[in-house]
Amino acid sequence: MTDTVIEARGLRKDYGATAAVAGIDLDIKRGEIYGLLGPNGAGKTTTILMALGLTEPTGGTVSVLGHDPVRDPLAVKRRVGYLPDAVGFYDNMTARQNVRYTLRLAGMARAETERRIIDAMARVRLSDVIDKRVGTYSRGMRQRLGIAEIIAKDAEIAILDEPTSGLDPQATFELLDLIRHLKAEGVAVLLSSHLLDRVQSICDRVALFSRGIIALEGTVRELGQKVLGAGHAAHVEASGVDVEAKLRAVPGVQKVEKDERGWRLISDHDVMAEVAQTIVQGGGRLQRLAIAEPSLEAIYARYFEEHRDAA
Amino acid sequence: MRREGSPFTGVSAVFMKEYADHIGSARMRVLEWLVVLTGIGAVALSIRDFKGLVESDRFLFLKLFSYATESIPVSFLFFVSFLVPLMAIGLGFDAVNSEFNRRTMSRILAQPIYRDALLLGKFLAGLATLSTGLVALWLIVIGAGLFTMGVPPSGEEVARALAFLVATIAYAGVWLAVAILFSVIFRSAATSALCALGLWLFLTLIWPQLLVPMVVQLFVPPDPVAVQFGQPSAAQLEWAMGLSRLSPFTLFSEAATAVLQPSTFTLGVVFLSQLQGMLRGTALPLGQSLLIAWPQFTALIAAVIVLFAMTYVVFQRQEVRA
Repeated sequence: MTDTVIEARGLRKDYGATAAVAGIDLDIKRGEIYGLLGPNGAGKTTTILMALGLTEPTGGTVSVLGHDPVRDPLAVKRRVGYLPDAVGFYDNMTARQNVRYTLRLAGMARAETERRIIDAMARVRLSDVIDKRVGTYSRGMRQRLGIAEIIAKDAEIAILDEPTSGLDPQATFELLDLIRHLKAEGVAVLLSSHLLDRVQSICDRVALFSRGIIALEGTVRELGQKVLGAGHAAHVEASGVDVEAKLRAVPGVQKVEKDERGWRLISDHDVMAEVAQTIVQGGGRLQRLAIAEPSLEAIYARYFEEHRDAA
Repeated sequence: MRREGSPFTGVSAVFMKEYADHIGSARMRVLEWLVVLTGIGAVALSIRDFKGLVESDRFLFLKLFSYATESIPVSFLFFVSFLVPLMAIGLGFDAVNSEFNRRTMSRILAQPIYRDALLLGKFLAGLATLSTGLVALWLIVIGAGLFTMGVPPSGEEVARALAFLVATIAYAGVWLAVAILFSVIFRSAATSALCALGLWLFLTLIWPQLLVPMVVQLFVPPDPVAVQFGQPSAAQLEWAMGLSRLSPFTLFSEAATAVLQPSTFTLGVVFLSQLQGMLRGTALPLGQSLLIAWPQFTALIAAVIVLFAMTYVVFQRQEVRA
C-alpha cells in the first residue's frame, strides 16, 4: 500500500468561463495533517468536493486511496470522512440517532453501529449528551459531533472544511486537539481554513491557494524561507552591550533588525550557539534567544502583497 | 463512463429514517385526523340515505365510496381526490430542499450512497406514509360500513374496493413525485409548496373545467349538424376528453369510477346507436371493469416514473455546496 492517500494531477474545475480550480497537483500522505489555506473563493472547497466525488472535475485526475472518485465514488466515500463547512444535523433527532443514520447509510452492521457510536462519542467527550437533541447543541459541540461521526465511520482520511470557523478559543483548542488525535491514529487529515494562526500549529504541510491555483506548498518553515527570505530566523533579547554590533559580527548573519523587544536576525545557517557565546563573552546579559518560527499570517500577507500585481 | 456500485445502496436506510420522521411528524397528526373525519363523514352521510333505500342493490357496499346526494353533492371519492394531492404535496414539498437548508445534504451525500438512493428512499417513504393513511381510511370506511349496515361486502366488492385503493395510492404517488420534483428545483420550501399547490389547482380545476372547453371551441371545428341541436361534435368531445386526461385528477376520477361503479361500461364517447341492444343497469364483471380502467392506471404510473426521472436529472445536475 502506498503512502500517498490523495493524489491530484492537473485537477481543474470550471464554472462557465471562470475557473474555480485551475489545475492543481496535490500529494497527501498517510498520517499527516495537510492544510488548504487561502481566502474565501480561492478554490479550497471545490478541491475538497472533487476529492470526494461530489463534484465532477472539468479536467485532470484525482485518486483517493487508489480509487477514482468520479467512477467509483462509493468506494471513496466508504473510507473517507467529511465534515462540511457549517455542518448541519437533524435538530429534531438525538446525537445518537444522527450518527446512527450516517452509519446505516455507510452500510455498517447494526450491532457494530451501537458500539462504535458510544466509543466515538466518548472520544469527543459528548457521552453525557448523547441522547439529547442536536438542536440543543452549541456550535462547538456540533463540530465535535461531526468529528465523532468520522471516528465512528472508521475513516482513513478525514476531510474537514473550515473546522474552526465560528468557534470560540476554547472550542477551537478542543477541536484542534481532536484533530491531532486523529492524526495520531494514522488518519490523514485534509483541512481547509482561512484562519491561519489557528491552523499553523497543527498542520504538517500547507498549500496556499490563490485564485484556483496552489501558490505555495510545503511546511510552514519552508514557506517562510521562500516568501520571507532564505535563511534561519531568530529572535534575540539582550542588554548590557551593543547587541546589534555584536550580532552583525557573528559569521553567517545576513540581516539584523531592531523590533519592539529585541532584535530579529536572519542567517544562512543555525547560529544560535555562536550568538549566545558572543553576547555572553562580550559581557552582555542574554535574556532570550529563540528560533523565530515564521508566522503564516506574515507569509500570507507578504505573498499576496508581492503577487497582487502579477495575479 | 460506468459508475461502480449499486444505485440502491442505502435506500432502506433513507426509507426507514424518512418513514420514521413522517410517522412522528405533526403533518402525520393532521393526516390522521383528516382520515378519521373523512371516513366517519363519508359513512355517516351514506348510511343516513341508505336506510331509506328500498330496492336492493348488489353493490350497496361500493356505494359507500362514491355516493353523493342532491343536498350534499360531495362523494367520498370526490373528497379523496381533493384530499390526497394536498396530503402528498404536504409530505413532499420540502423533501430535498430541507436537506440543503439544514445543511445536512453534503454530509449525507458524503456517505457511500448515490443520489438516486436518497431520492428513491424519500419517495418510497412518502408513499408508504400516504399508503398507511389511505389503508387506514379504507379500513375505517369498510369497518364502519359493516358495523352500520350489517351487510358483509361480497368478494367482488372487496376486490373492486381494493382496486380503488391501489388507484388512490398511484394518484398519491403522482402528486408526491410532483412535490419532490419542486423540492429539488426550488431551494425555498415555501416556493416549492406554492408551485406544487398552484399546479394542483391548475390541473384539477382550471385545466379540465376552463381551458379544455376553450381550447376545443377555438381549435376543433364544430360539426354543422351538431350545432343545429346545440351540441358539441363528436370530434370536439373526443378532443375535450383527451385533453382533460392530461390531468391526473381526470385520470384518477375515471379509473375510480370504472372500478367503483360496475355499470360503467365505457369512459369514452358513445353514440346512442351503440347503446342499442344493451341491457341497462347491468353490471360488468370485475375483469372488464379493470380493463376499462387499465389505461388510466398505467397513465398514472407512467406519470410517476416520468416525474421521478425528471427529478433525478435535475438533482443530479445540482451542485452539492449550498
